[in-house]
Amino acid sequence: MDTKGQQASPPAAAATALRPVSAFAAIADERTRAIALFQEAAKVITHPRCMNCHPAGERPTQTERMQPHQPLVVRGADGHGAPGMTCATCHHAANYDPAGVPGHPDWHLAPLSMGWQGRSVAQICEQIKDRARNGGRDMAALVQHMAEDALVGWAWAPGAGRTPAPGSQAEFGALVRAWAAAGGYCPAP
Amino acid sequence: MAFQLKVNGQARDVDAVGDTPLLWVLRDNLGLTGTKFGCGIAQCGACTVFLDGKPLRSCSLPVSAVGGAEITTIEGISGRESEAVQRAWVTRDVPQCGYCQSGQIMSAVALLKAIRKPSDRDIDLAMNGNLCRCATYVRIRAAIHDAARTLEG
Repeated sequence: MDTKGQQASPPAAAATALRPVSAFAAIADERTRAIALFQEAAKVITHPRCMNCHPAGERPTQTERMQPHQPLVVRGADGHGAPGMTCATCHHAANYDPAGVPGHPDWHLAPLSMGWQGRSVAQICEQIKDRARNGGRDMAALVQHMAEDALVGWAWAPGAGRTPAPGSQAEFGALVRAWAAAGGYCPAP
Repeated sequence: MAFQLKVNGQARDVDAVGDTPLLWVLRDNLGLTGTKFGCGIAQCGACTVFLDGKPLRSCSLPVSAVGGAEITTIEGISGRESEAVQRAWVTRDVPQCGYCQSGQIMSAVALLKAIRKPSDRDIDLAMNGNLCRCATYVRIRAAIHDAARTLEG
């Protein structure tokens, strides 16, 4: 599976399902298997539900088309927005479909070091393994974040009018876990 | 469904469907019409109130999610920042039609509570979610600077 030149945003046609880990078991070479597993997991990582809050700049995007967030908001010092206009000003503890506003108790942007927009799958792969950029997470912590973090999990329950990320968080977590177990190799840049 | 809300320092009993936006409850059930409906989708800021002292778009929060939090509306704000903002708003004659101004004032007060001497950028970032069809933005920014100066003394 060649990933050269594959850009992470926006996806041309979002997948709705994930292939299970078992679908990759026949790939004997560990590196090849790890890369294939990451490519599958990248269907989630590059989905607008995830990418919108992993901007490469200070502003998030929104919608399937990853348009600039309206109103204008910024990451701020702690990822929770600017003083007086934090994420929680509009985004509350749960999705609120009557207003079309998604929510989660810890709604916030990923740190700038984890900005994914505009990067290739290969670049994102190296980025999320880099403890200098990923919040100091080792592989185990990274897998746990992907598989269990509740804000990550919002991507599969995004509220009315939003396409969920492909598959389920459990399936995504299993792919990431299997990728890590196979050596955590990344696609060629 | 019955809810007991803390609004402007008072306990208020409300009978409403849990999914009702807090904004509707404030306006229709409690008669606190200073808080305005503008868009209903958290895009304009006209419905801004405080929840436990933090600014919040009341159109995007169901009343069932309020719980025991303290709600403050434009009718109930007080303190140095709100007095400074009120004076500055009058001095600068900020409002034109006035419809958005309760939301603007709530956001301005919240900003001055967070940053005592905000820069133009601080003001722009805090206030850009409050739309004004009369485009009073320049006066709003100037009035916030005025209010900040009065708070220095």
